[in-house]
Amino acid sequence: MQAFAELIATLEHSRGTRARVQALVDYFAQTPSAEAAWALQVLLGGARRRLITGRRLRQICLEATTLPEWLFDDCYAHVGDSAETIALLWHHDGAGAAPQPLQVWMETLLPAAAALEPGPQAEAIRRLWAGLTPQQLWVANKLLTGGLRIGVAKGLVVKALAQLSGLEEALIQHRLMGGFAASAAAFDALLAATAGDDSSAVPSRPYPFFLASPLPEALPGTAADWQVEWKWDGIRGQLIRRCGQSFLWSRGEELLHGAFPELIAAAGALPDGTVLDGEVIVWAAEAERPASFHALQGRLGRNRPSARLMRDCPAAFVAYDLLEQGGDDWRPRPLHQRRSALESLIEGLPNTPETSLAGCLRLSERLALDHWEQLEPLRQQARLAGAEGLMLKALDSPYLTGRKRGYWWKHKLDPYRLDAVLLYAQAGSGRRANLFTDYTFGLWDGGGSLVSFAKAYSGLDDAEITALDRWIRGHTVERFGPVRAVEPLQVFELAFEGIQRSKRHKSGIAVRFPRISRWRRDKPAREADTLATALALLGEEEP
Amino acid sequence: MLPTDGLLQLTPEGLYCKAAGAWIADHARPGCGEYWATAASEGILRQRLGAGINLIPVDYGALHRIDDARVSFHSAGHVLGSAQIRLESAGESWLVSGDYKRDSDPSCAPFEPVTADVFITEATFGLPIYRWRPGAEVAREIVQWWQGAPERASILFCYAFGKAQRILAELAAQGVGDTILLHGAVETLMPPYREAGVALPSTLPLSALERSAELAGRLVIAPPSAHRSTWMKRFKEPQTAFVSGWMAVRGARRRRGYERGFVLSDHADWNGLLASVRGSAARQVYVTHGSSDVLARYLCDVEGIIAEPLSGGFAAQRSDSGAMTDEDGSDAI
Repeated sequence: MQAFAELIATLEHSRGTRARVQALVDYFAQTPSAEAAWALQVLLGGARRRLITGRRLRQICLEATTLPEWLFDDCYAHVGDSAETIALLWHHDGAGAAPQPLQVWMETLLPAAAALEPGPQAEAIRRLWAGLTPQQLWVANKLLTGGLRIGVAKGLVVKALAQLSGLEEALIQHRLMGGFAASAAAFDALLAATAGDDSSAVPSRPYPFFLASPLPEALPGTAADWQVEWKWDGIRGQLIRRCGQSFLWSRGEELLHGAFPELIAAAGALPDGTVLDGEVIVWAAEAERPASFHALQGRLGRNRPSARLMRDCPAAFVAYDLLEQGGDDWRPRPLHQRRSALESLIEGLPNTPETSLAGCLRLSERLALDHWEQLEPLRQQARLAGAEGLMLKALDSPYLTGRKRGYWWKHKLDPYRLDAVLLYAQAGSGRRANLFTDYTFGLWDGGGSLVSFAKAYSGLDDAEITALDRWIRGHTVERFGPVRAVEPLQVFELAFEGIQRSKRHKSGIAVRFPRISRWRRDKPAREADTLATALALLGEEEP
Repeated sequence: MLPTDGLLQLTPEGLYCKAAGAWIADHARPGCGEYWATAASEGILRQRLGAGINLIPVDYGALHRIDDARVSFHSAGHVLGSAQIRLESAGESWLVSGDYKRDSDPSCAPFEPVTADVFITEATFGLPIYRWRPGAEVAREIVQWWQGAPERASILFCYAFGKAQRILAELAAQGVGDTILLHGAVETLMPPYREAGVALPSTLPLSALERSAELAGRLVIAPPSAHRSTWMKRFKEPQTAFVSGWMAVRGARRRRGYERGFVLSDHADWNGLLASVRGSAARQVYVTHGSSDVLARYLCDVEGIIAEPLSGGFAAQRSDSGAMTDEDGSDAI
């Protein structure tokens, strides 16, 4: 644990890829597999289970100090995190139990303490705290609350492990897909030199996703060198059929079986040893275009959906690519080969309305593009098609790992933009504790009042955040707990991807991915946009 | 608020003592006819307020009569020449702490505990999350940080007055023999410290080096205002750190955008504030700056001491955002 806390401190202090990778290599090189395995799992964000709440930790801390509760809360408001507040408040006397390696904390000490009755639990937690430095105590608390975010990209960890083992990054990436369950054996297997058949070793294991980058000014070659498809606004996924079993993974490496039973059932029609890359989306068999992301949201995270929900919001898997066929890894083959095999595969399925497949497995349509001049008009039709833009893929491209520029491009529609007035602000947490960074914006209704319509958290730079924070403090008109109502004077241009009717929102509309695109200091509040303008945009979404 | 018949009154210009006919300022403020200040702070005050000011230097502990008040200056341990000021008149004594700290600091005289009936204390770091470690320990970390990166220049950002010299003195105590490079703003404040005989390592203004001089492995001390300024252009890939009490909190560290934060402050930490209040034996305490409301409430609720935050002109002279409060603080009357 001590060594791991030290690693986290080093990572916090280091700038630049090289220094951080080096810190990871150094740590993994001198750490036994059983401990390194847990460090890896935590670094990958795979140890996020909340064993105990921050509130309970606060109580355990307060019981053993003379600090009044309000003082703890004042400290918390200043720090923005209970785990760290306790780490700073706790008396570090230096006398504690002998240091234990990370796997003992993760497998035994922390779960055992969490499982105790309140009285013994408080004592056990305080025994764990004894002798820890503030940094170690912070790490221990974060592991208990499941909130440890180290801010090291997975790519960096993979790079370090590749450097350490001499294996290809893509291979490590692939072996880590589908999650990593900490154990000495799993860690050793991850870095083992033996090639083995990686995909069949674990039937459920997906391939790392290949991601597209925003389209640059111009593309090389002629339009005929590119495969053009709609960019659907769903969830990127991988559908796997191996060893008589079916698996559906999201890009975030979550299994989606519970939420989309019809897709798991449909995958049963695929031949064994098949892996498809595609989009999970709500799309009725007879419909010309898919439903909005809003409809998909109704299906997500809902295990065992009702028959009614499945009828109202039927899911489909739109296949983009073929990654494995007959148990062979097809990723190195050029796209045109994979595409024709994919077309034969999907078209050969008993995909008629009578079968249970009924529109569940769709082929992503290949759009015609004879020359570049047709690209922009095509993109403009995306909204009408229910898509969020275009995808362009080089026909000779292999299926790579992660975001590698040059082969796959996304060409999204321009976002909608509206000028809205800042109405409420709330302080952020963590890095943004003590700063008002969560904003609510409003539009004018017909009666000359502002109606709140969207929240946005991103888009301002640090200098703007600081300036706005100062302005908010000076122009607060009312406080509702942590929320401040401000004078409706500041106008911001908000960008967002989609707009939907919503019964849950006061304005009657909900927008997708709202963010601040500009602070319109030049614009007086009365010139901000109206709800009517926003509603007119709905027309574009609902033809 | 201060009682209307008390020894000190809050005026727009600062704390005013009618009996002495004088204001107490917690920073060098221009425009007064006559200044009373500690002899140790004279050089710095003349530098800041002009060589020709009318300044009466006083020694720590010496008792002076100004009109109807008896006035004495006592070391505040904050920076070179910093003082707490004690006033006595008509059988009542008041103590104004100014900025102070109780930790050992090789660059200035140690804090002197003083008693009074009424105590006005600062509370820049008036939260129990702020608890300092000894300066020598932090200095060892700084040396490790700097010497652990021989291939890069190490720029240590800190307030130019007080903090910079304290770090230098701590480095000297660690046996650092290298010449430390200084930004101009730090360099300007070195003579008073050298004249006071503080043991310091050899230093050189960065501007004295050739523009092509190799800076890898060198330690440079600069004020925070130089961070990300054009001044930094001559460093290729420096590592940067900020030295301040605010660095105790992770969010503050990340917000500032320095690679590293070292926790070292020239203000009292929570325990230091409590010790001073208790040690003053005051029957009434007023708290200014920073978390004044928190400390005042704690003193009332937990310690059973009559205390209240002092707001208004005196406190508002400084921003309490934390960004500016860690800097200078010589006391003048």
